Amino acid sequence: MHPIARTILQRLGLGLLTLFIVSIVIFSLVSWLPGDFAKAILGQAATEETVAAFQKEIGLDKPPVQRYVEWIGNVVQGEFGSSFASRVGYKRTVAELIAPRLANTLFLASLTAAIAVPLALALGILAALYRNSLFDRIVNSVTLTTISMPEFFMAYLLMLFLSVKLRWLPGLASVDAETELLERITRCALPALTLTLVIVAHMMRMTRAAIINLLASPYIEMARLKGMSKSRVILRHALPNAWAPIVNVVAFNLAYLVVGVVVVEAVFTYPGIGQLMVDAVTTRDIPVVQACALIFAATYIMLNLTADIISIATNPRLLHPR
Amino acid sequence: MNQWEELQQAAFSKRVSRRDFMRRATALGISTALATGVLSRAGYAQEPKKGGTFKIGLGHGATTDSLDPATYPDQMTGTVGWGATGNSLTEMDTAGNIVGDLAESFEPSADAKQWVFKLRNGVTFHNGKTVTANDVVQSYLHHMGKDSKSAAKSILESVEEIKADGDNVVFKLKGGNADFPFYASDYHLKIMPAKDGGGADWESGIGTGPYAIEKFDPGVGAKLKRNDNFYGKAYFDEVEVKVIVDVAARTNALTSGEIHFMDRCDLKTVNLLKKNPDINVTEVTGYGHYIFVMNVTQAPFDNPDVRNALKNAIDRDEIAKKVFHGYATAGNDNPIAPSVQYAINPEPIHTYNPELVKELLKKAGMEGLTVDLSVSDAAFSGAVDAGTLFKESAAKAGININVIREASDSYWDAVWLKKPFVASYWNGRPTCDWMFTTAYAAEAAWNDTFWKNPRFNELLVAARSETDSAKRGTMYAEMQQLLHDDGGLINIVFNNYVSAHSKAVAHGDLLSNWDVDGMKIASRWWMA
Repeated sequence: MHPIARTILQRLGLGLLTLFIVSIVIFSLVSWLPGDFAKAILGQAATEETVAAFQKEIGLDKPPVQRYVEWIGNVVQGEFGSSFASRVGYKRTVAELIAPRLANTLFLASLTAAIAVPLALALGILAALYRNSLFDRIVNSVTLTTISMPEFFMAYLLMLFLSVKLRWLPGLASVDAETELLERITRCALPALTLTLVIVAHMMRMTRAAIINLLASPYIEMARLKGMSKSRVILRHALPNAWAPIVNVVAFNLAYLVVGVVVVEAVFTYPGIGQLMVDAVTTRDIPVVQACALIFAATYIMLNLTADIISIATNPRLLHPR
Repeated sequence: MNQWEELQQAAFSKRVSRRDFMRRATALGISTALATGVLSRAGYAQEPKKGGTFKIGLGHGATTDSLDPATYPDQMTGTVGWGATGNSLTEMDTAGNIVGDLAESFEPSADAKQWVFKLRNGVTFHNGKTVTANDVVQSYLHHMGKDSKSAAKSILESVEEIKADGDNVVFKLKGGNADFPFYASDYHLKIMPAKDGGGADWESGIGTGPYAIEKFDPGVGAKLKRNDNFYGKAYFDEVEVKVIVDVAARTNALTSGEIHFMDRCDLKTVNLLKKNPDINVTEVTGYGHYIFVMNVTQAPFDNPDVRNALKNAIDRDEIAKKVFHGYATAGNDNPIAPSVQYAINPEPIHTYNPELVKELLKKAGMEGLTVDLSVSDAAFSGAVDAGTLFKESAAKAGININVIREASDSYWDAVWLKKPFVASYWNGRPTCDWMFTTAYAAEAAWNDTFWKNPRFNELLVAARSETDSAKRGTMYAEMQQLLHDDGGLINIVFNNYVSAHSKAVAHGDLLSNWDVDGMKIASRWWMA
């Protein structure tokens, strides 16, 4: 078997195992949350009787182990169950709740990634190329400033100037399934911009550091002595060997775009999966919480896996560990 | 003085109606623009006009919301599912009176044990079906019965039998209740179409209201369209409700013109909002109140002197000013809001009085008293700050209060009704009986002070079936006094509903029974 294929299979197996362990952790943690759904949704107005009726209806009266086994068994078959918000005659499956929200989040994440990743790589390479120049210093300080500010503050600043004062962009990112692509992009512009400002520094600095690190190696010295141009040295010789750390930090930030954008979603009222999960936690809609957590875990595992595979594939030495 | 001047004076002292003024002005040859200018300076509400899309941003709503009126938790579902698209048998008017809505009239029997509601003629549901007494019966039965999870279950507990009788709906109660029509105005008691074979159809969201639901997306918003067959008023062509939980986002959406109305303004920044020339801020004192409750069955709160000491150790004015930025009225340990019929302001008015506190503690033999107070912002926003201020003022009067900050998400589960001294809130009720039955009657499920006063409970039953208004008034006054003097309730403030709206929309007098113009904003507002 080709060493890369073997590695991929190994990592996939490991990923599934991690996911399995994570599912147990999620289930236990959620069961230990104080309070319960019936009381949370019925609010202050709940009496013992109504709570008991509700718990029975949603199956919370069964023992935890039985509930876990039933849950994970269904998840394996791609069945996430019904939200606790379902009623008799009104079924709301977790899948139909999550699907549009996940699609929204992925849209925002892709939009942001499409801006942020090329921007970060370009800035990083240029900064490495013109190390210690004025350009390098400006890029560094600006990105450091934007990453140091809390993202909600960043979001409010952008909203204040671009939406309230200048009225260039809408401050509410409320989209739904019928929103046209162009309007969708306009509505997502502010959140995407906020996220870009938040993640660009990390990727850009890692790119710059990785390349600068390599520039000290003997083979780069050799390339230079051959009289190659600076940019060619970096793009042709340094960059391919710098992919491993860069890809890792890119994957990390992409994962963040899916699982960590709760604050930005809340500020711009974007109906993404982060908001759904917060909502579900507050109302103790456990099936939704569990499904979201599992999706988040899977996203992390998958993106890390991809990063690993890319690093290995671009660096043959990692294929044959001693 | 010429006729035009006279007419203007009549307008400024509100002696003429808007319509009369305009007719007479036209007769005098005054231009419409000039006449309307005078009217608006004289403070006449604008004449409503039809058209436009009204965009509402609400600080509530979750993905678990549903159109089932039994589980409406708050303003979002109430505004969409009831206020805009449905109707109850009765409704409140701006003066706090109960008037017919889907019911044309309602009559009690002499002992108020039976109520007959006569339905308005020829009202149709959004799907064209005529409303019958059977629809009403099924809608009510939806909340009753053993397995009901309805928030309206407790107020319907007193209903023994409900039946259709031609155009009438007849309620037989277990005991007399002169206030029953008030219950019928509750936002959970929306009238829905009956299903064949029993039950009410809530799934479709079909109602009788001024708007029909086009789209309902829980936790995100709703789109509504005017119902042209509605028997009452409806001015907008379309209404959009957006759930914007974050208050800063809601404020921004309003200032940037993406919504016309927001509820629950951020009290810390509302003054800045007031400076915006395009925006009006409205403030309504409703029935809601923020409270600290003592369990009177537990030491040291079982001692009335200790309870009174605590009632006088809190500086309500300071809390109203510092925590609620003036958007609240200091309470006087009476849960009945001043605008409710039969409300009194019991004497002596409880104010901050350290000398009296020390005296009372001495009398109780409890000098140097230490008590634990459980608070969380889940009880009401600002509860933690209010608790801290209470601690400060009480310390100066010789009471040491340990303010314990509890976790928000299990507050109603693990703290309220469990710990002896906690922060809480009530949205209030429009009648004395309703409020007392819910929270102060001996056997009430939510009697959070565990107060069981025999005289109070005796009066409660007697007043309920008393149809002589003066006699009821005396009874309710005595009950409020008892509660004020002896109960375990510290009513910190009556909280105001503070909302803001763009001047692109206009409104008349606001309802005070619920927030968001009594949740009926969609039918009561119009484009300016």
